[in-house]
Amino acid sequence: MSSNELVRVERVSKKFCRTLKRSLWYGLKDTASEMFGGRSSDQLRTDEFWAVDNVSLALARGECLGLIGRNGAGKTTLLKMLNGLIKPDMGRIELAGRVGALISLGAGFNPILTGRENIYVNGSVLGLTKREIDSKLTEIVEFAEIGDFIDTPVQSYSAGMQVRLGFAVATAIKPDVLLLDEVLAVGDVAFRAKCYERLAHIRDSAAFILVSHDTDQIARVCSKVLVLNAGRVRYLGDVGEGIRTYEELARQRMSMAPHEQTAAGAVASIVSCDETIADGGALNVSLSLETNDAVAVADVRVVLWGDDGLAALDSYTRTQGSSLRLQPGCNVLKLTVGPLRLKRGRYAISIAVLDRSNNRHLYWGERIRTVDVDGPPAGAVSYTPPLMCAAVGSENDPGPQSSAPSSTCA
Amino acid sequence: MDADVDPRIVKYRVTVYTPESPLRHPSKFARDMISDLWSSRELAWRLFVRDLRAQYRTSLLGYVWVFLPPLVASLPFVYLNSAGVIRIGNIPIPYAAYAMVSAIIWQTFVDALNSPLRSVNAARAMLTRINFPREAILLSGLMQVGFAFVVRLVLVIGVFAAFALKPPATSPLFLVGMISIALTGFMIGLVLTPIGVLYGDVQHSLPIASTFLMLITPVLYPVPSSGLGATVASLNPLTPLITTTRDWLTTGAAVQQIAFLVVSGVTVTLLLLAWVLYRLALPHVVARLGN
Repeated sequence: MSSNELVRVERVSKKFCRTLKRSLWYGLKDTASEMFGGRSSDQLRTDEFWAVDNVSLALARGECLGLIGRNGAGKTTLLKMLNGLIKPDMGRIELAGRVGALISLGAGFNPILTGRENIYVNGSVLGLTKREIDSKLTEIVEFAEIGDFIDTPVQSYSAGMQVRLGFAVATAIKPDVLLLDEVLAVGDVAFRAKCYERLAHIRDSAAFILVSHDTDQIARVCSKVLVLNAGRVRYLGDVGEGIRTYEELARQRMSMAPHEQTAAGAVASIVSCDETIADGGALNVSLSLETNDAVAVADVRVVLWGDDGLAALDSYTRTQGSSLRLQPGCNVLKLTVGPLRLKRGRYAISIAVLDRSNNRHLYWGERIRTVDVDGPPAGAVSYTPPLMCAAVGSENDPGPQSSAPSSTCA
Repeated sequence: MDADVDPRIVKYRVTVYTPESPLRHPSKFARDMISDLWSSRELAWRLFVRDLRAQYRTSLLGYVWVFLPPLVASLPFVYLNSAGVIRIGNIPIPYAAYAMVSAIIWQTFVDALNSPLRSVNAARAMLTRINFPREAILLSGLMQVGFAFVVRLVLVIGVFAAFALKPPATSPLFLVGMISIALTGFMIGLVLTPIGVLYGDVQHSLPIASTFLMLITPVLYPVPSSGLGATVASLNPLTPLITTTRDWLTTGAAVQQIAFLVVSGVTVTLLLLAWVLYRLALPHVVARLGN
């Protein structure tokens, strides 16, 4: 290892077994073989697969590696090998200095004991002496915001308090290498911000590996990204490119099929829909809707779904005070949502048209189209841009956004 | 764990993990064992205090649970003996005192036998998430065994006082005997631990096996002088441990001291091997435990 390098992983692999019974049996066999100086073979046995497959990486002081990948991609397994909890089946891992790991917060906590007692237990689990804990106690209690609860049994703590206490103790050890497994997903916003601050504080003196599903978190904290897919390195390097790779993977497995539904007697179809939007542009959709009866007040709702499966925006005419009247027969609705300031990526579009009087769906199209938005590569934007809607039927008064009626209705 | 010092980095301890069996470097392995055992003292003490506090905070009867098992084990024999149903051979002190002291000795063996597997199972969550000297949970288990024994020692003293018995000059050796008995039970338990963590069968069979062992070992009766009982007792390595320890406390005339030393020596040797097995097995066991 070079002098500044704190973590080196060389062609590391780990086998896991799909069936529990075989897994336990292999565990016994591996132990027995090691008793006689043997080592695990590089061949897979029945029901085995590579949970981590030929992973190499190196990390220097001051660097922070974001480890991303879907559930079961091998992130935690890799972290556990780095922390020495389990042995690699192939390859070599070298770590320099003191290794701190938050694979799970409060693993050593006993619910019956008080916070103070647990600080001492957890501190010694992490390798601190009593004197070291004594000197850090005030700092830990202060950081965890436990206050008067310090002498209360941990079982009466809220989940957030337990997380805070665990994080406070674990980062008090001032590690050279810090392994964090999605621990920051819990805890309230204020505490998370505090955690980032503390991480930023010790960042220059340590090498981090941060497992997270939150790409914004990765983009904010990390200097490098490793994308794991089925145990293998899919990408290692630049943060932006790594996040794109991960999101591409996420998109590939999003199999939410589009589906459309209309109320009885109604006929609907999308006449046109933007396929790309520039940063700050608007999404234009034109929808033809044929109804038997007039609808005094109709509402339109447009939802854009990000590739994380969450709604990036949800815009609803009802909350914006606009009203829309539908005539019996053919109506062409011109929808405009914007200006859009969304993270770069592909979004699925859902549109609903509702009768305000009974909240009945006249039309409901779930993920019926996708649109590529060119925007900044990172950042979380969740907001409600104005949604303009105008019905342009034969007798409708054209709204400000309207254009010439189209002749799509049969 | 594995640690080599890289000459280029003077300041930092470099930790290395490879698939290789650490037994390939026996001297380093031995050094790691000793240093881990040494560095686990404080943690072991913390875990011991933690478990003790937690246990007594959630228990109404508290220490009664320490006294009860040997009392419950010995009282039926005292009753059967006094009712004339069974005939215990020649014993130098009143049978009630004899049975109670013996049951306390035996209970320490059983505690120690169950200790490693119980401790490891209780520490599963920690083992799969935190790297710490794995010896700490074993040590803290041993401390619990020792603590329970010390509490029961009060009972022994009470029995001696109640029956107006005078301890012989050899009675301090009783503690040596108890250590040997505890380590023997602990060694057997430790050998079974890697299998026991993976398969529940071990945990299920331990209480059955220990009851059976108690009945075929001269615990609540003296060593039979003839017949099948004599053969079984002479083949049973626990016989010299139990009888010698008991004799040191009660009569001062221990007849199996050589056998006691031999068994103790074997125990210490096997205990070292069991410790090696434990260290080798844990990473594999943890990998199979999942999250």
